[in-house]
Amino acid sequence: MIYNLYIFNSAGDCLYYSEWRRKKQTDMSKDEENKLVYGMLHSLKSFVARISPDTSDSFQSYQTSTYRLSMYETPSGVKFVMNTGLELSLQSAREILHSLYKEVYVEFAVKNPMLSLQSPIDSELFRDKLEAFINSKMRE
Amino acid sequence: KAVVSTQSTGAVTGLYTAGDRAILDVINDPASYPLTLTFGRTKASANEKLMLASIFHSLFAIAAKISPIEQSSGIKELHTEKFTLRCFQTITGVKFFVIVDQKQTGCEHLLLRIYELYTDYVLKNPFYPIDMPIRCELFDQNLRKVIEQVERATAYNSATLS
Repeated sequence: MIYNLYIFNSAGDCLYYSEWRRKKQTDMSKDEENKLVYGMLHSLKSFVARISPDTSDSFQSYQTSTYRLSMYETPSGVKFVMNTGLELSLQSAREILHSLYKEVYVEFAVKNPMLSLQSPIDSELFRDKLEAFINSKMRE
Repeated sequence: KAVVSTQSTGAVTGLYTAGDRAILDVINDPASYPLTLTFGRTKASANEKLMLASIFHSLFAIAAKISPIEQSSGIKELHTEKFTLRCFQTITGVKFFVIVDQKQTGCEHLLLRIYELYTDYVLKNPFYPIDMPIRCELFDQNLRKVIEQVERATAYNSATLS
């Protein structure tokens, strides 16, 4: 079960957001929520960097009693954040994010010459391909 | 920042050991060989540990808030490349978290044992001021014993499995 997905650029702007089965909304505007999620991610990264016994560690995922949040960060600073249900293992969630990056983002966002990757992704093709990808993963 | 340690000088931060010997002198002196150098992270000061714990407290709360499902708890497990963090929250909001490696099992049990020790040696201590940093010797001693037990159990389990 995939609940929602955020894509952030290195500056913290939300490039894309989509939800599929989200049951609870926060009582904040979309902007505020994106800033909160990004801020939390940033703090998580520095927390992990400081508390890890190994100096070159990076945050991958956390889980609560109801959902799992997984993050995939590219070397260029683009962060993919996905909330899934607990029935999806940590490994599967990471694989989904990695395939999403490889098969959807690189193919239909990066390779699109009309898209600037610093501003929100406004491409119907990208949206359709992403929806199709997620639906196929949910059916598995 | 790096901490260098050798078997003769112990942990060293910066260029001088605790006894004011320049670490470069130790390396250049052929009499100190064979030498083992290990590099690591500077140990967090007590203040920094408090700060990190507060940061975790906020992250725990935010995770519950942005949940796409109603009635979510805060962060129960946090995974990175090199370690796993597991957290247990009591009904009063006190959180215990441990940093373990991927292979560690029995963390739920460990956290409950630590909670027991907390209630026995900290809360029942008449000299302990509530919500202050814990400085109770009995708590430290028994905590160390529990950790050693768990380490021995894990070593035994991995030995029998391999």
